Amino acid sequence: MHEMSLAQALVDQVIELAENDGCQKVLSVDVSIGALSGVMRESLEFCFPVVARGTALEETVLNVTEVPLKAECRDCRSITNPEPFEVTCRHCGSMNLMVLEGRDFKLVSLEVE
Amino acid sequence: MCIDCGCGDAANTHKHSHDHSDDHDHGHRHIGPDGKEYYHRHDNDQSAHEHGRTIKVEQDVLSKNNGIAIVNRQWLDDHHITAFNLMSSPGAGKTTLLEKTLERLPQDGTVAVLVGDQETDHDARRLQGKAALVKQINTYRSCHLDAAMISKELETYEEAQINLLLIENIGNLVCPAAFDLGEHCRVAVLSVTEGEDKPVKYPVLFNNADVVLITKTDLIPHLDWDMEQCHSYIRKSGSRARIIELSARTGEGMGAWIDYLQTMKRYD
Repeated sequence: MHEMSLAQALVDQVIELAENDGCQKVLSVDVSIGALSGVMRESLEFCFPVVARGTALEETVLNVTEVPLKAECRDCRSITNPEPFEVTCRHCGSMNLMVLEGRDFKLVSLEVE
Repeated sequence: MCIDCGCGDAANTHKHSHDHSDDHDHGHRHIGPDGKEYYHRHDNDQSAHEHGRTIKVEQDVLSKNNGIAIVNRQWLDDHHITAFNLMSSPGAGKTTLLEKTLERLPQDGTVAVLVGDQETDHDARRLQGKAALVKQINTYRSCHLDAAMISKELETYEEAQINLLLIENIGNLVCPAAFDLGEHCRVAVLSVTEGEDKPVKYPVLFNNADVVLITKTDLIPHLDWDMEQCHSYIRKSGSRARIIELSARTGEGMGAWIDYLQTMKRYD
């Protein structure tokens, strides 16, 4: 379960950003998980408060948005949302796709006061 | 007031994040006053909210790891070393494959091996003497290697005449796929005893691989393995990787793998 490492990386990153900003408190953290990022939402939501305990983020709320896979077909040029386990063009069935979105696990924004 | 958690009550507001340029009707998750997590919807009544200031970040959470990986890759290039990252489930035959690979490579002191396991140095002991430098990395609680673990080992190669580094990742089809180590080539190893649909069950690793090695092919006569179906599943994972079928035990297909290694080597 690498979500524990990812939660740790997220907490470290947010604490650094908050310190640089000089805010009093981080109310919430918004992250996005791509369908092909290999990050499991439930595991991350479980790990985040565990890692945040005892830090400045103890009361911070984690908001997760799941980003579906988005790919462009190199053959018919359609842009579709294939499943990660079947990366084929939904328009023409080609497997010759270029992934445009859905690989990343991103820290989108913080809400601070 | 929300009947689940009590928020919206004047004495019980909670804070949350998102832009409010659009309609205020939305759902979200938060921890209620009782410490439990709630998911619910709010209507357009804004009286229930307090708002902070939003800082836009848009950064990869693995940016620290990725940054170290970039430094590793640059260091390896500066020292004329090509690195391969071998990933598979436990028991796919990575160590046997490495043993037989090392036997087929020139014994000229130019190959180094890093093997990752949570515990024990069994793999390093198996490979000892077959490469110029063999080192075990024990990750203990961690289920994958990361770029910082590799970075610590690189100075060992400062004085050595290494041009090929083979990294055996922790046996795990999920977690190692997320961590760039600074390698030049990502190798997914899939043994025929695992079932041909692993690439679609664990698409992230296969989607990102440069080459897929299908190992233990000598066992196919004893199994209901469908090679064509496996190739099709690899392609369905979105992978455009080169596929090499081999048996480290009998040597069948090993020539193609060694040729691939030599072709991908950037430096002699």
